[in-house]
Amino acid sequence: METINEITDKCSNLAFDLNFRYAKHWKSKNEYRVLVGYLPIYFPREIVHAMNGLAVGIFGAGDRKQIIRGDAYYQSYICHLPRGIIEMGLDGSLNEFDGFVFPATCDCIRNLSGMFKLAGKGNFQRYFDYPQNFNSKVGGIFYRQELDKVMEDIRKINRQHASIEDLNNSIRLFNINRRLIEEIYAIRQEFPWRLSALETYYILRAGMVIPVEEHNEMLEQVLDQLQKERGEPMDNIRVVINGSFCEQPPVGLIKSIEMAGCYIVDDDLLLGSRWTIGDIDDNTDDPLEAMVTAFLNQSTFSSSVYDVGNPKGARLVEQVHRRNADGVIFSAASFCDPALLDRPELQKACDAAGIPHINFQYHENTGQFKVIKEQAGTFSDSIKLWA
Amino acid sequence: MSNPKEAIKEKSMIIQKDMLAKLFTELSTAKENGKKVVYTFVPGNVTELILSFDMLPVYPEINALQSGMRKKSASYIRDAEKIGFSEDVCTYVKCDIGMMLNGNIGPTGEKMPEPDLLLLSYTGCFTFMKWFENLEKLYPNVPVAMLHTPYQEDGKITEDQITYMVKQMETDVIPKMEMVSGKKYDPERLSKMMVNSAKAEDLLVKVLESAKHVPSPIDAYFAGVYYIGPIFTAFRGTEEAVEYYTELWNEVQERMRLGLGPITPEGELREEKFRLVVEGPPNWTNFREFWKIFYDMGAVIVASSYTKVGGVYDLGFRHDPEHPLESLAKYCMGCYTNLNLPQRVNLLADYVTEYKADGFLINSIKSCNSFSAGQLMIMREIEQRLGVPVGFIESDLVDPRYFSYANIKNRLESYFQMLEQRKIILAQETSEAIA
Repeated sequence: METINEITDKCSNLAFDLNFRYAKHWKSKNEYRVLVGYLPIYFPREIVHAMNGLAVGIFGAGDRKQIIRGDAYYQSYICHLPRGIIEMGLDGSLNEFDGFVFPATCDCIRNLSGMFKLAGKGNFQRYFDYPQNFNSKVGGIFYRQELDKVMEDIRKINRQHASIEDLNNSIRLFNINRRLIEEIYAIRQEFPWRLSALETYYILRAGMVIPVEEHNEMLEQVLDQLQKERGEPMDNIRVVINGSFCEQPPVGLIKSIEMAGCYIVDDDLLLGSRWTIGDIDDNTDDPLEAMVTAFLNQSTFSSSVYDVGNPKGARLVEQVHRRNADGVIFSAASFCDPALLDRPELQKACDAAGIPHINFQYHENTGQFKVIKEQAGTFSDSIKLWA
Repeated sequence: MSNPKEAIKEKSMIIQKDMLAKLFTELSTAKENGKKVVYTFVPGNVTELILSFDMLPVYPEINALQSGMRKKSASYIRDAEKIGFSEDVCTYVKCDIGMMLNGNIGPTGEKMPEPDLLLLSYTGCFTFMKWFENLEKLYPNVPVAMLHTPYQEDGKITEDQITYMVKQMETDVIPKMEMVSGKKYDPERLSKMMVNSAKAEDLLVKVLESAKHVPSPIDAYFAGVYYIGPIFTAFRGTEEAVEYYTELWNEVQERMRLGLGPITPEGELREEKFRLVVEGPPNWTNFREFWKIFYDMGAVIVASSYTKVGGVYDLGFRHDPEHPLESLAKYCMGCYTNLNLPQRVNLLADYVTEYKADGFLINSIKSCNSFSAGQLMIMREIEQRLGVPVGFIESDLVDPRYFSYANIKNRLESYFQMLEQRKIILAQETSEAIA
């Protein structure tokens, strides 16, 4: 068994290999395998898995790639994420991908789907629309059609059909994946020093670029070792991070928050891996319908889904209480309309519930963390001293 | 700085001004007259449906742009930023929120009525959804109806998408309208309105396509935003809109017959030097100054994408009285910002060719990712396909902090010099070829 340190080292390399060598190697082993790149926030990877494919999260270049040509495609007032993705598209990093899925996260990602179409990148470039109507006979049918479209795109490439058993099996594997992740979060809620937020981040992000079976094995090993004490408890406050669901912060930022005295006990980094709350029925004659039902009824709260009847503010407050957190750090990418437009209402909800909060903005390639560290440190001190 | 000249007003302009004044008065007295008010958006609006229930529509982005033109937006935006809205986000939203924080006094100085229904027609702009989530919090007891418009990601409208939209109208939008208005849905009345919609749409297309004429009798961007006003907002489906567009079309025909150029606030454009296609919304805070730069250079905008945000009627769509709800669904999905990027490029390239444009210009708006994300690629594509000179300027919708007159003027002057140079070269090549 590998140690947690060995696993996180491996995950850190996998997560930030912007050439996706592991996924490409996986594909090379079988001519019917396909690679489907997808962007944040959420995409139901089960359908790709069931069709002999690997859904690979393309979450930007972070601070790991110098953006040379990507900047020429975007004005200064557009977020950083798509620049890195265009750069990867232009420098050949995405060449072996069969297709790309652009979930309905925001206008930037939507229009990026059109840019990939214009560039003819991959065999398909699919904008994946989430229904904003949650009636199963209306939005449910629409969502199923969206799933069908992606499956048809894959079918055209590898001629594979997903049977009911295939789909149930994929759903089961991703159910396990989410359960294991949730168990890690549950342990971190009690003993956040046993696995740092950064280690957690590496482990989760690696799961976006490798087969779910392998990720599940890794998670089990981590969980097993987390049962024992690891690390030293510190006099830190406990915070929830909100607003980082799309363009990912540089790891230095996550590290800085922790070093400033904040245990990150929950977050929306890599939210897609924990999108569905609870299991999806994996023993059904109609697994796609089960996925539809789960999307309509078991989705977490997110800036990309209309929150009528189930306001995000209340759900954030519930999350803070459930995780026994002391405060919220609103940490959003600059020019991220969904996160930044949500923020005032979320802050209001926190104020009403007496939950302290701070906020700042970042780019995925932000290199200076001193101010953020000081801000987070002051936040931590103020809670420790006066809360 | 000298005072600007009094703008020339044609009869159609006076008609439109009266229509708008009447509407704002109606809105300000809506509550006392028992009229119900629906807040909704311009792109993908279902105005005929709202009017068929005798309700009055309010379009927050129209209020915002009007506030921008009347120099009120700066303080509204600041007020919204004070309560936590980031500098980075859409200024229409912040202007609207700021206006509400200041008593919801509309751009004409009259108080806007509070909504009885929030109808989120979510077409082509993700921010609309966020905007309405915020409005929902400001008006917690007001019912909300969502009409989600699927994106034309495959470059076409499918039967499944139409069915999805019609079902949303039947199961959510219409029942809520019935509840709020206390009236039953009347499909016949809606169909009758659509007869008027189609008539007005025919006339609008004739007006916009008149710019194919050389010289163009209209400016299809700066004046175009006035031409689209009635049909994109509260008047589509009404007799008044048909009357307005009939008058406008008569005026445009007369200008074409006389070989006249467009009317601008600075006077009639006497010499058409450059014909341009423009992509992106205009800046509203310095609208007249912005327009004057083009006027001074003898530039006419012969086609624009912004005048298609409320419907690309020149591609043939008309509201269909025989299938009213299906037709509303197709309308919503057909609006410009709901087109995918390849569709946008094709449309703009066709405009450059069909309208005999000398160049293609983008006014990139900081606030509007729905337009702006991808514009630089659109520009490259147009340049590669057609070999026309392309230009790029940046401003904002209603935040005056992002309108830099000197920068924009400098860039445009350089761009027009390039166009001028190209004309000379093309003329030389043509004369050499003939010789």
